[in-house]
Amino acid sequence: MSRLTMESNQIQKHLDELYRNMSRRIYASPPGTCPVDISLSFLRMSHAQTCGKCTPCRVGLGRLAEMLESVLDGEADITIIDKIEKTAQAIASTADCAIGTETAKGILLGIRGFRDDYIEHITKGRCICGLKQSVACVDQCPAHVDIPGYIALVKAGLYGDAVRLIRKDNPFPSVCAYVCEHPCEDRCRRSMMDDAVNICGIKRYAVDHASTTEIPVCAEKTKKKVAIVGGGPGGLTAAYYLTIMGHSVTVYEQRHKLGGMLRYGIPDYRLPQDILDKDINHIIETGVNTKLDTTVGTDITVDELKQKYDAVYLSVGAHGDRKLGIEGEDAPNVVSAVEMLRSIGEGEKIDMHNKNVVVVGGGNVAMDATRTCLRLGAKHVTCVYRRRVEDMTALMEEIEEAKAEGVEILPLFAPARVERNKKGIATALWAQPQIISYIGSDGRAGIRKSDLDEVRIEADYIIVAIGQQSLLRPFEDHGITTKRGRIQAENSSFVEGSGNVFAGGDAVSGPATVILAVAAGKVAAANIDEFLGYNHRISVDVEIPLPDLTTSPACGRVNIKAKNIKNIEGNFELASIGMTDEECAQECSRCLRCDHFGYGGFKGGRLAEW
Amino acid sequence: MVNLTINNKKVSVPEGTTILNAARSVGVHIPHLCYLKDINEIGACRLCCVDVEGEDNLVPACNNHVRDGMVIYTNTARARASRKMNLQLILSEHDCKCATCSRSGNCQLQKLANDYGIIENPYGEHLLPPKLTEWNSTFPLIRDANKCIKCMRCIQICEKVQTMNIWDLESIGSRTRVGVSNNQKIEESDCTLCGQCITHCPVGALRERNDIDQVLRAVEDPDVITAVQIAPAVRTAVGEAFGLPPSKATVNVIASMLKTIGFDYVFDTSYAADLTIMEEGTEFLHRLKKGDMAKYPMFTSCCPGWVSFINSQFPELVGQLSTAKSPQQIFGAVLKTYFAKKLDIMPERLCSVSIMPCVAKKAECMRPEMCREDGTPDVDYVLTTRELLRLIKSERISTVRVEGVPFDEIMDDYTGAGVIFGTTGGVMEAALRSAYYMVVGKNPEPDAFQEVRKNPNEKDVTWREKTFNLAGTKINIAVTSGLGNARKLCEAILAGEVKYDFVEVMACPGGCAGGGGQPIHCDDVERADERGRVLYDIDRNMPLRFCHENKAIKKLYEEELDKPFSEKAEQLLHVH
Repeated sequence: MSRLTMESNQIQKHLDELYRNMSRRIYASPPGTCPVDISLSFLRMSHAQTCGKCTPCRVGLGRLAEMLESVLDGEADITIIDKIEKTAQAIASTADCAIGTETAKGILLGIRGFRDDYIEHITKGRCICGLKQSVACVDQCPAHVDIPGYIALVKAGLYGDAVRLIRKDNPFPSVCAYVCEHPCEDRCRRSMMDDAVNICGIKRYAVDHASTTEIPVCAEKTKKKVAIVGGGPGGLTAAYYLTIMGHSVTVYEQRHKLGGMLRYGIPDYRLPQDILDKDINHIIETGVNTKLDTTVGTDITVDELKQKYDAVYLSVGAHGDRKLGIEGEDAPNVVSAVEMLRSIGEGEKIDMHNKNVVVVGGGNVAMDATRTCLRLGAKHVTCVYRRRVEDMTALMEEIEEAKAEGVEILPLFAPARVERNKKGIATALWAQPQIISYIGSDGRAGIRKSDLDEVRIEADYIIVAIGQQSLLRPFEDHGITTKRGRIQAENSSFVEGSGNVFAGGDAVSGPATVILAVAAGKVAAANIDEFLGYNHRISVDVEIPLPDLTTSPACGRVNIKAKNIKNIEGNFELASIGMTDEECAQECSRCLRCDHFGYGGFKGGRLAEW
Repeated sequence: MVNLTINNKKVSVPEGTTILNAARSVGVHIPHLCYLKDINEIGACRLCCVDVEGEDNLVPACNNHVRDGMVIYTNTARARASRKMNLQLILSEHDCKCATCSRSGNCQLQKLANDYGIIENPYGEHLLPPKLTEWNSTFPLIRDANKCIKCMRCIQICEKVQTMNIWDLESIGSRTRVGVSNNQKIEESDCTLCGQCITHCPVGALRERNDIDQVLRAVEDPDVITAVQIAPAVRTAVGEAFGLPPSKATVNVIASMLKTIGFDYVFDTSYAADLTIMEEGTEFLHRLKKGDMAKYPMFTSCCPGWVSFINSQFPELVGQLSTAKSPQQIFGAVLKTYFAKKLDIMPERLCSVSIMPCVAKKAECMRPEMCREDGTPDVDYVLTTRELLRLIKSERISTVRVEGVPFDEIMDDYTGAGVIFGTTGGVMEAALRSAYYMVVGKNPEPDAFQEVRKNPNEKDVTWREKTFNLAGTKINIAVTSGLGNARKLCEAILAGEVKYDFVEVMACPGGCAGGGGQPIHCDDVERADERGRVLYDIDRNMPLRFCHENKAIKKLYEEELDKPFSEKAEQLLHVH
């Protein structure tokens, strides 16, 4: 017998593989599952992990599982909810370790969070949640773009058709191909096998390879007029569909060019202007009227628009900044990120050659700011963030790319004050080190002041990227109700009590993504059409190719690569590289065609029109 | 054309053909349960999975198109094994008490289980807990959740053909089952009781409420006088159950069997169909003159599925329905008044039974406006054609030896025009024949209006329309069947895209011949057209082919109702 051995456990290795499968499956959880059934499965798995020493966990979890089973089988009466709650509470209080306590807490969370579904199972023997089944990517995309459809078209080499199909639901295929946060990939069923399909990358291949697509034929003119305030992605989406529906649409844009945040917020190295113009030109060519350099509130009032037009859509975005609220913030070289990015979009380029720049914030705008500063010649860019890197709201790939380009990320530092010289110019940011702390009710880890001393970070410029807000004064003055800086609009985008005003996008939801703005524009277009007394339907005559008969073997996901940029100063060229032909073909073949297989082959596979 | 091989046989079929149909074309019958051509091609039961060379997994044959060069084997070792396993899995959640199942003998699952020699099931039996099988047993349509195999056909036929979406999946995961959509109860839903879900169910999960026992109790009660009417479409399908051609299983043969069972009086609903035309036709000419059809047409009202549909889906058009009762109800009303009086029977002693190709008739006869003043119904019980067949079988009547008998007197006469009520276009054609007479004063050629009949070669015609000239009066008519088609027609009418004077609608595709109460077969063949042709054959050979020539009806007007659409007739034969 050896006194010690090297541990090698084949069984554990296979079990670990099973656990990996399970975690991928949970990640890819399809929409529309029964929460009580999932709770029961969670409970059963947790119970299998019980070591068996203590009563509450060994016995109690089993009893809980039986009770949940009886709920699902419609064999329990309503008093069982109380019994489940008390049992789970007692297990949470008396279990010896996390295996028991955390399981019981999970059940408590459910019995409080979806009590109605428990009641429905008990009283009516059915589930109120699992009624809607859909294709996960299409469901997760706020604009419900026909993703399996366009992937099939790209696979078949029909790039133009793919783009036409996307435009049925989203008139910004090119923009989204470059900058969409792709929520569609979050629940991709392919994750159950290996990893989500790179949907956004395939779309980029499609728009890069499609020749110009025809402008859709507009419906017969209706003689109705619609004003759209704000020429960003949401406003132009509404304008596009309303024009196709036959209405006369005029977009009011306060800046010199259309595009909103796409032009004045997103730097060119992520979204080249010519790509943006491709989408905007397509939209405008349908016959959208534009009034550029026109500010609603000064050049024309909302009331005038309401009278002049049959309906008004407010999609003003969120172009105002949020302040840090610290001493010295009013120094001239402390600027907001939106302001800086806007001035670049307008053609002014701040010279940061050889300067030290501190960017405050952890979102995508902060990342855009850091990388832009590098391109403006900054010697050193430090990104100061209050929490940890994993808590940043920016996409992980954005953070990675920023780091690769040379940005220093300084997590767990909260800005304390701005140091100024005698002229009032900021010279440094003082930041207070933080320690990561308890998890809040939102599930995010909180922070608190650590006992380390404040540090000084030298800065010639301090860029603040801690959030944006909409500038709504001109609308509030004309009876548009707002709450906490947001327009109060219904789900239909109608502004209650306004008569004929609709609103959507950042100004309603708070700062969000391009695809959410597009979705809001689409919703508004449908409801404005309805409001004007019509029922125009949007569809496209594209035939979707048949899927392969069986699934391709497990295969890694092709990612979009970042360019290796040697001389970054002044280089605003596209920083990412699209897929090769070979990569795109492989990626397309990974799509499981949920429009055809599974529930998609039965119902909910495809919405041909909206 | 696509070229491939199936079980080493060379196959050449048009592009877009499914593997299943390509195989069938060379005599290879791939088993299936959920598949219903054009309506449910979803690959759910997985019994049709076959081996395709070069593919890792088996491929369902029902929802995959053939591709050039495919090499398919339907009976490889793994195809056989998986097919058997999936069949056993389905059986493990199916209530296999075939002896007491309404579909024993024409159940597709039973047939496959027998064919595949499944005597034992290694997966045991896993039926639903009682709460999940609750159903209102008084509703005319009965669903047994433990027999449902989740093929989804009912969901699809109701959604795609009838556009009513009464069925949907409820719950999810292992507890996924078919239920009434939007978590409603069936009696709260807009179900029209067309019964198409029943006739398209491969197993016994759906059936009509069984009313045979109540009917037999009435037959056996010496104090009760039973009178039964047989609807036109019933005669088209009874022979199917006994292996007899319709020419042998005539309505008089059915009458004879009913007499043998013990019914006191037997009649043909075609009598009442003739009477319906007298009322409806007169009403139509009356309303046309009044200008009632200036905007929207008058609709027929014989089909209770359609009447239920228009009430829930197009309430704005309800006023355009003919006020004439359906033949079933007209029959019941005349039976319990005129007939009772003629025979000097207290109406309370009469039990009025009807044999219908229809499930909705079971609800129609209970509607308050179809009842007498004392609240008793004019028609007490409705049996579907399927129940009739069960009744005949239970009485052990040898169909070979039965001689037809004539109908009982007083309400015995009927015409060919009344008979064709049982198929789409028949009501319209019968009405036009008599309307022509009413306007012109002489009979047209009997087949003058045959253009309203369904052309079996025309597929997917939403509705048929024609314009006829009745002595200078132009009549625009339309005919449709199936509620999906009816919906499109109503929408077009409301949108002003089309304008008609008279429209016939039957809820079941093909009309009553394809009714939800008709016999079901294992082969999924739609029989409405072939059954409908039986009625036209009967009509062609009838001595009388015009409703207004029905002698018994002429006598009824003379003796009791004065003339069509008279105050008395309106009181008795119309809804108010």
